[in-house]
Order: sequence, then C-alpha cells, then structure tokens
Amino acid sequence: MLRYIVRRLAQLVVVLLILSLLLFFWLRLLPGGPDSAICGERCTPEQRTALRSAMGLDQPIWTQYLKYLGRIVQGDFGTSGFVEPGVPALEVFWHRLPATIELTIAALIFALVLAIPLGYFAARRKGSLLDSTGVVVSLLGVAVPVFFLAYLLKFVFAVKLHWLPDSGRQGDINATRVTGFFVLDGLITREWDAAWDALKHLILPAIALGFIPFAVIFRITRGSVIDVQNEDYVRTAESKGLTTSVIRRRHILRNAMLPVVTVTGLQVGALLAGAVLTETVFAYPGLGQATQIAFQNRDYAMLQILVLASAVTYMLVNLVVDLSYALIDPRIRTR
Amino acid sequence: MSVRRRRLTAVGIAAALAVTTAACAQSDRGSDSNSNANTTQDTGNAGAAGESGPAGTPAAGSGAAGSGAAGSGAAGGAAPSGSGGAAAPADIPANADLNATFTFAAAGAPEMFDPLYGTDGETFRPARMMFEGLVRSKPGTADLEPQLAESYTSSPDGLTWTFKIRKGVTFSDGTPLNAEAVCYNLDRMYSQTGAGAVQAEYWSSNMGGFKGQKDSAGKEVPSIYKSCKADGDNAVITINRFTSKFPAILSLPSYSIQSPTALKKYKANDVKQSGEAFTYPAYATAHPTGTGPMLFQAYDRTNGTITLVRNEKYWGPKATVAKLVFKIIPDETARKQALQAGTIQGYDLPNPADWDSLKESANLLIRPAFNIMYLGFDFKNNKALQDLKVRQAIAYALNREDFVASQLPEGAEVAQEWYPKTVDGWTPDVQQYPYDPEKAKQLLAEAGQQNLTLNFWWPTEVTRPYMPNPKDVFTSFSQDLEAVGIKLNVTSKPWNGGYLDGVTARKPDLFLLGWTGDYNTPDNFIGSFFSSESNDFATFETPWGKTFDQEIADADSIPDKAKRDAAYVALNKKIMSEYMPGVPISSSPPALVVAKNVSGIVPSPLTDEDYTHAIITKG
Repeated sequence: MLRYIVRRLAQLVVVLLILSLLLFFWLRLLPGGPDSAICGERCTPEQRTALRSAMGLDQPIWTQYLKYLGRIVQGDFGTSGFVEPGVPALEVFWHRLPATIELTIAALIFALVLAIPLGYFAARRKGSLLDSTGVVVSLLGVAVPVFFLAYLLKFVFAVKLHWLPDSGRQGDINATRVTGFFVLDGLITREWDAAWDALKHLILPAIALGFIPFAVIFRITRGSVIDVQNEDYVRTAESKGLTTSVIRRRHILRNAMLPVVTVTGLQVGALLAGAVLTETVFAYPGLGQATQIAFQNRDYAMLQILVLASAVTYMLVNLVVDLSYALIDPRIRTR
Repeated sequence: MSVRRRRLTAVGIAAALAVTTAACAQSDRGSDSNSNANTTQDTGNAGAAGESGPAGTPAAGSGAAGSGAAGSGAAGGAAPSGSGGAAAPADIPANADLNATFTFAAAGAPEMFDPLYGTDGETFRPARMMFEGLVRSKPGTADLEPQLAESYTSSPDGLTWTFKIRKGVTFSDGTPLNAEAVCYNLDRMYSQTGAGAVQAEYWSSNMGGFKGQKDSAGKEVPSIYKSCKADGDNAVITINRFTSKFPAILSLPSYSIQSPTALKKYKANDVKQSGEAFTYPAYATAHPTGTGPMLFQAYDRTNGTITLVRNEKYWGPKATVAKLVFKIIPDETARKQALQAGTIQGYDLPNPADWDSLKESANLLIRPAFNIMYLGFDFKNNKALQDLKVRQAIAYALNREDFVASQLPEGAEVAQEWYPKTVDGWTPDVQQYPYDPEKAKQLLAEAGQQNLTLNFWWPTEVTRPYMPNPKDVFTSFSQDLEAVGIKLNVTSKPWNGGYLDGVTARKPDLFLLGWTGDYNTPDNFIGSFFSSESNDFATFETPWGKTFDQEIADADSIPDKAKRDAAYVALNKKIMSEYMPGVPISSSPPALVVAKNVSGIVPSPLTDEDYTHAIITKG
C-alpha cells in the first residue's frame, strides 16, 4: 500500500513538471499580457516598452522560462500583478485558500447531508412523491448553470428578503484572524458574532456551489441503492431473517456507497471549477475569484500557481478516492 | 403564502435572466480603473492676473486678460488665495449620522497606497481620501484651486512657480507640513530609479524624465521639472520649459504631498521588480501618511476590504463619516445587487442600461463629460487612408448623431473635435461632418476607392467611461461603413487579450479607443494621442506627421493664455479639415451611484469625488 502511494505521488511530481512547462508557454502565447492590463489605453508606446522590459517580457521565451524555473527552485513563485498587486503569489494563494476550502466544505456538507439520505429513501420508496420530487430537483440541479442559481438565490434571499448577506466573507465587524477559516476563527476566539456572521455569508454561496454535487450524488445514490437492493445477497440476508437496520447498514448502504464515493471525489474537482463562478457572483475573496481576475488581467504568476494547485488537488482527491475503495471494499484491500 | 412565494420566485428568475448576459461580461478592473483621471483645469476665468495678485507680467495687457491665474499654465499670474483645501460640508441635516460607515464598492484591489506609483483608479480612490496636493480641482469641475498651497504665483516666463504653503497643517504622523516637506516630495518623485521609475507612470507621462535618466540611445530624457527650493513659507518650483500643463499636473493624486519622515522610515522608494510584477515597501502597503481627512486603518486581504478612519486632527472641516470602507466587488452586477441589498452605499460607473432603474432606487450622480471616444485611423498598413478624401468619406459615412442619441446615456454629445467642449481652445468653427452617405460615396469615388476594404478592430470584455458598450459602437458604425460600399474585415479581441496589443502593433486600419482627461489642457488630449513618434495612428508615417507634432508642442509652450487658446483653435480647425487622423465620435458622461440616504457627494468630471464629507442620514 505504501509503495502504491509513493508511486502515485511520484507520478504527481512528473505531471506537475510537464504541466508547469506547458502552462508557462500557453500563458505567454495567449494574446495580451500584464503590460496591456496595467497600461490600458493610457501608456505611450515608449512607456509600454519600458514596462515590458522591466518585467522581462521582452526577453526570449526560453530565457523567461529558465528564470522562472530558477525562481521556483528558490521557492519564489512570482508576484501577483493584479489579484493582489505586489504580494507574492504563493502568499496570495495561502491566504485565499482557507476561504475556498471553507466554502467547498460547506457546499459538500450541504450536498452530502441532503443527497445521501434523500437518495436512499427515494430509492427505497421508488415512485413515491419524495422520489419524484427528488428526481425533478436533481434534474434541475444538473441543468441550471451555477451562476444563474447564484444570482437567483442572491436576488431572492439577499436583495429582496434581506435574510442573508449578498457578498463577501464577513461584514463590517471586529474579528480576530487566526487560521483564515472565519467560522473556525470565531469559534476559537469565542467571538460568536463573528462566527455567526461568517456562517451567514457562507450559506448562499454554499447552496449555489453545492447544488450540482447534490443533484449528481442524489441520482447516483438513488440508482445505486435501487441496484443493490435487488441483488441476491440482499435477498439472502432478508431470508436469513436479519433485521432491516443491519441489512440497510451492512448490505445495502455499504455496497451502494462505492460509486457514490467515486462521484463525490469527482465532484470535488467540479466544486473547484464552480467556485470560480460562485465566488465571482458573491464577491467572495477566495481562489475562484482570484482565478477569474488573474485570467482576465493576465496575472501570470497567479495563474501558474492556481492551475498547478488545482491539478494537485484533482490528483490528490483521486488518490484519496482510490484509497477509500480499499476501506469500503475489503476485496480491493486484499488484492 | 404560496402565492407570495411564487411571485418572488418569478421576480427572481426574471432578474436573474436579466443579469445572465452581464454575468459573463465581467467588469474588469480595467473597466473602471483608467477613469482615474484627476485633473485640474486651467479655469481661465478666475480674474486677470493683475486683479488677483502680483502680476509681474504683461499678461493683462497682452491679451491674457481673463486668463486664469488659478489656472494651469497662465504664466505671470497669481492664484487667489484659495479657500481651497478641504471642502466645507454642506448643511448637515439633524438626522445625519456622523458616526456612520460609508461602504463603497471597488472594482478591484488597489496596487498599494503610495499614489506616486499608482496607475489606476482603484489605487487613486482611497489615496484621494488620505492625501492632498499643492493644488486640486474645485469640486464638480476641472478648474484648479490651491489646496496645501494657500496661493501661488508664477514668473512672467512661467518657469518659476512660488507656492505659499498652508500653515498649521500636519501629516497624520504628527510631523508638520512645510516648504521643505513639499520640496522633499518633488525631489523624491524626480529621483526615482529602476522599478520605481517604471512604476511612477504619472511622472513620466506628465513631467517626462527622471534625474539622470537616459534613453536607449544614451541621451538624457528631458524633464519639465528642474528643481524645488524651500524659501521660508514658500516652495519655489522651477521648470525647464513652459508648458500649459503646469501646475495642473500637481493636482494629480500621484503628486500628493506625503510625510517625509514616514517616507524615509518605511523605505518608500524601495520598489522592486519581481517576475512580471512589482513589490512594494512597507510604506506603500501599510503606512501611507498624508494630510487628508482620513487615515489608513487596514487592508484586510482575506475579506477584500480597505478601511480608512476619520482624521480627528485634520486641518480643514472634519470628515462627516467616521469610517470609509472600500469593499472589493469585481463583478458589476454583484455591485448593483450589493447596493440594492444595502451592503454597500455606492459604486462607480454603473452600466448606462441600469441608469433608469437606479434613479428610482438610489441617487444617480451623473458626472460632467470629460472624455472623448474616437474611431482611429492607422496610416501605416493601408495606403488608401493616406488620402484625405477617404478619411473624410469615412467621417461623412458615420451616423454619429443617431448613434449618440440611441446608444449613449443622456448628456452624451457628438464630438466635433478631439476633446470635450469644456477644454480650452475648443471651437465650434471647425469643419463639420454631418451624416451624409451620398457625400461619402462621392468622395470615395473621387479618390478611386469604390472597392475599399478596411480592417476594423473592436474590443470585447471591456467597458470604458467613454465607451459603455463597444459592441453597440461597432454594430452601428460597421453598418454605416458598409452602406457606403466599404468592405470590412472585422476583428474583435478582448481588451487585455490582444486588442490593445494589436492596436499598438498597428494591425487594424480602423480601431475604437478613447480618453478620459486628467486635467483641463488640450495637450492632455491631443498631445497624448499624437505626440509620440510611435503613436497608435502612425501619424509620423504621413508627410504631415512631424509638422503636426511640432504644432502641438508649439501651442503647449505659449505662456500667454489667450494666444495659446488661439493657437489651439487654429490647430483644431486644421486637424478637422486637413489632418483627420480619425473621427472623434462622442463625449459621454459617466456616473456613480449612491444609496438614497447618502448626499453631499459632488460628481466630478475627473472622478475626483470626495466621499469623506458624504452625509449619511439615519432612518
């Protein structure tokens, strides 16, 4: 098992190296550049030339790449030019990461807590009102674009009803920063008002972001439970006179969870993509918003770190999913 | 209950549908940023030099009567000692909340808080609340008035300017403002090197070179600035050549006077290049120290907010808001919804399509138009454009009147020349180009260009104060051009994703661009467009390009305001009848919007609004 994990991590390093190379050249082949974004229409051509020269953008691309690698070896991932101008890209990444993790966890909790029980009961009562409603809602979930849902939720619950905040992570409130996870910080420091305020700011973006995963996980859970409950081993268990709760827990849920875990892992990747739109709509200062600003303004340093980080996340999540199979399915463990 | 819920949902869906399109067109930092302008204007009507102070100048007798002593570039005059400085709050109503927080949405993060290195509006907006200059623009106008200077005078040749420094003013670190501090600041600006010189863009754009700076050929880069000497209460600034832009340049936020003690303590000049960006010293990120009505409190990067608090020791009328928060909301639709939800009390540059609805729910403050949008010609690639008849034909082909009436916000006007009406030297007496497709066809025929094909570029993913919706502009004018038989090869590219690069690389024959003025001088417009040898129009590729450049420089260097204005009138006539380097399209008023309970903010043509004296009423 340990050898397997090491091999997978080694693959990750190789993939990252190749990706960094491709990314470097792809970004620089994109039309435009940070000098355009800084200058707008106001720079004279001479000023633009001076700016490009100061940024090293007038050098051959291979020279730029070697310099970039040289900096990376020293732990310097460059400086953000737009997302947070003048701040090392790595620092921007680290202090925005908790925001996105907090939002992703909230969205996942929303999706899992609703989707698995509802999917299970919908399957057990196939054809019931609960089942039909669940199927329709999940269909909507996969059909409605994230940003549409985000604007809709915001319009109803923030703009019209004023129940929840429309944007940001926290209001104008004195809060102590400890970990960067605002809800957690509020709990640690016992600043209950800060924790509650941060939690309120999370609700709408978490629902918007978690709605697609909810829909997908609901459908997979439902389908999987329907399949599993018709398996021979379930009928055998029933005929052996096992209690319903034992059959549910040990024979149905456990076997039905394998595809659900796979899909949940994939949905974590989808959440990262969805975070770009959700964070933009809710002016939520996380990595998703950073990605949008960085791409629009050709913030190379930030884009490089953000794309590499999302690749790492995808690969690590896949690794965790693969490992979790072993925990759920003993047959895989013994192989 | 269920009925009510259904109706809400329906309304919500409708609203969400309405914003769907806007969602993808992100309001970029650029869209707001470069409206930064802050300018000042040569009022030209503040009374003749002789009336207002020690003339020492033949101005009054030489036709400069009425030229503004307070104005820029009116040599040999004296500015009236300004009430200047801080604006006195308007009548404060009884229900005003003087402990209120005013939260304004920013479209992007500021670069940092040292305005010398600022290049965009998001950086200048908080800086304006914390810093002041020797002069400033009068609220709501582009006219110049003293601020940290009580008054100023100039020598007859306009090369020596004496600023009497206001007494009793201290920086927020408690150190005094005096003539030495002023000269320290100007020398600091002039002495920038390396990354600092690259980043101090508003110095190089307006003053020229830095101390000892050489160009790629080893020649010294000339600077307008020569020296600053403290003489008692006076700061005496000497410039190398007369320019109409001085002292208006000093009203730009980049020329704010900052605490020398804090600048030295926090190593303010320590700007470094890092990869494709710059890093800034502690002064610029955490210790900006000025004389303004607000003090820097914090930039909470994890929450995207910048907080300023009232400067209780401010020398002028104290701020009427206790706290000023700039909340970063990059998406324009999100800014609008934040205003509706009450999370913020204002934002800049609302989409003109939203103006009507915003007028009902909020206070829409429409600024006087101080910008110009144009259709530029590039003379390099397409030789047909070197024929004046072709250029004039294009001007006649464009139905600018209809475009302005149907596509631009209220208050927009068809531009008759290359800068707005309020700028000196503007004249109605230029050759006019009313919509006349038949005349256009006739001119094309005379030029032998009935089968003309042009590369027309237009930008996407951007809105500018002068160009709220580039697609509308392109759609209108492409139809007009095709209607007179011109074939178009159309290219659209994202503003930061190839459009600006393409224009600079002179790929298009026709392109859409514009400019928001920094201060009220013609040179700030036409000098910016046409003076560089590698300008976007490639005018230097034409037989008249060098003459045109010289005429611009000559007009700018005339100290006598009346003569200078006359020179600009003549030049404007020539541009519109002989040169025609493009077609000026329109001047369009941008707006900002604040909540219903917010008053006291005067919209500025230079986006130089003072939020610190906003009145926020309770209830």
